[in-house]
Amino acid sequence: MRLYAICVYLFLYIPIGVIALFSFNAGRHASQLQGFSTKWYGKVLSNPFVMDALETSLTVAFTSALLASLFGTMAAVALQGIKGPLRTAFDLLIYVAVMIPGIVIGIATLIGLVTVFNQLNPLIAAIWPEGFEAPKLHMGMGSLIAAHTMFLMALVVIIVRARLAGMDRALTEASSDLYATPMGTFVQVTLPMIFPAILAGFLLSFTFSFDDFIIAFFVAGSETTLPIYVFSSIRRGVTPEINAIGTMVLAVSLIMLVTAQLLLQRGGKKTK
Amino acid sequence: MEIRGYIGDASPVNNMVIAELRGVSKRFGDVLAASDLNLSIAEGEFLSFLGPSGCGKTTALRILAGFEVPTEGEVLLDGEVVNDLDAHHRPVNMVFQQYALFPHMTVAQNIGYGLRQRRPRLPKAQIAEKVSKALDVVQLSGFDDRKVWEMSGGQQQRVALARAIINEPKLLLLDEPMAALDRKLRKEMQIELQNLQRQLGITFVLVTHDQEEALSMSDRICVMKDGRIVQIGSPQELYDQPNSRYVAGFVGTSNFFDGKVTEQSGALISVLLSNGLSMQGKPVGKVETDQEVCISVRPEQINLSRNTDGLSVIVQNRIFLGEHTEYLVRHETLGEFLVLSPRQSEPDNGPFKAGDTLFASWEASAALVLDNT
Repeated sequence: MRLYAICVYLFLYIPIGVIALFSFNAGRHASQLQGFSTKWYGKVLSNPFVMDALETSLTVAFTSALLASLFGTMAAVALQGIKGPLRTAFDLLIYVAVMIPGIVIGIATLIGLVTVFNQLNPLIAAIWPEGFEAPKLHMGMGSLIAAHTMFLMALVVIIVRARLAGMDRALTEASSDLYATPMGTFVQVTLPMIFPAILAGFLLSFTFSFDDFIIAFFVAGSETTLPIYVFSSIRRGVTPEINAIGTMVLAVSLIMLVTAQLLLQRGGKKTK
Repeated sequence: MEIRGYIGDASPVNNMVIAELRGVSKRFGDVLAASDLNLSIAEGEFLSFLGPSGCGKTTALRILAGFEVPTEGEVLLDGEVVNDLDAHHRPVNMVFQQYALFPHMTVAQNIGYGLRQRRPRLPKAQIAEKVSKALDVVQLSGFDDRKVWEMSGGQQQRVALARAIINEPKLLLLDEPMAALDRKLRKEMQIELQNLQRQLGITFVLVTHDQEEALSMSDRICVMKDGRIVQIGSPQELYDQPNSRYVAGFVGTSNFFDGKVTEQSGALISVLLSNGLSMQGKPVGKVETDQEVCISVRPEQINLSRNTDGLSVIVQNRIFLGEHTEYLVRHETLGEFLVLSPRQSEPDNGPFKAGDTLFASWEASAALVLDNT
């Protein structure tokens, strides 16, 4: 049984280890170790295509994580006050949003947005004043951020709500008993108590968005995110450069995940 | 009028009425948590709601605090109906059962919380001065910058108290404040709370299931059962003149004998007990012939002796309590009951022993005829 577990973990982590190892390969080939070097990292950082893709990815990840944290927290706080079948329905929909495969979200968002855009674009053109060029809605950064925000929001709702549920109701009552308005209570008591969870939700969302390929592939339009860049260059063969990108993404993701986990744990202890 | 009608005086003896419940009921779905509560609270008094869990005492407190809106009836504060006044507008403060201190604030920040909500804002220096005075009152000077979770249970409770009294509320509500403390600390805090109440002159309303706590601290006690007020009175009134078996059993201990009223002769009533014996007792309210009642005799009212007057009993068990000795005795038809004998009433040849045959007697006026609920 233990051997079996070890095998499973080896199977999972050896390829990742290999990628990290080969990113430091001095040689050209991805299959042959020829000494230690960090030159591929230098090459990655000076590649304008990679840098462009990275910028797109960071912008999308930051914006969608920020929006998801904001709206997710608002939804979680509002859901606290709702009971009964409506609550059950919301809970179900939120879990579904997290569980739905990325490819379904990707396709659905693509079809949905394209349909809406096709309906709206002539309308906008019709009401636009003469002489100016009417803006055209199209797939791109906006649709990418929207799609990511949508499914990340569900994630933030789940994380923040777990924290809210663990919070003693007497605390908000005490605040209101001590003359704080509902807004005052939210700002002075609820928000500081759930802030670690919001931050953790933000970091997780950032990581998920940054790493996402499937949804981005469908809705990015002409934009290229880092995962999309990696995917398209892999078709021309795996280079140590790709390994270096992969390793960097892995490192950033791991740091964020660990930070989020620490935030959730530490925050949980303090409420007790 | 049956005995049940006698609830006691719902209004305080003197002083100005500061808060009032008029026919207040609270329904949660199908559950009637509080039913037709009528009560006046006098300025400066110490009132307790006493009852087992689920009797509605906490609901009553939460209605006063403004956390629950009554389904029926009116809540008055200083003569004004405040049913629709939110908790954060009510000049009332609460000490919560688990204290509900804000874990992300220091002790001083917790205590000053209420003052910081005032609009227009109070000057910082004034808040700081009041906080340090409040810390002084609860004997926590110098603890300003401590984290609340670094403090012991007793200290946390003092912080919770300071956080409430600093606002000089019209009512200070205490929700089982001693429940989380150990026995010794509880005794100390009881005395401190009483002193604090006299010193500040703030009206205290306490909720507790601990009769000893209620008896030792309160000016008046409001005994509750199933969402209703069963009896209101001073601790002594409740002890000496309980209006029902429930109150007699909840406030102090008592021996109960079930029976039916057979005859009313002057101040005393004859009761035919269900085991065939006949007994006399003093009614607390009015009773009717044939009514099902019970006779309550406090253990300390019963006299044990080797003389041959009274009921013949056999000592089953003896517990030495220091100044008192508690005997569990058994009568052929009455069954077992408790007797509490003071030390000085012991016979010259030492206390009674298990197995001794003795005679138990009491004054007819010490046997109370009570409604059997």
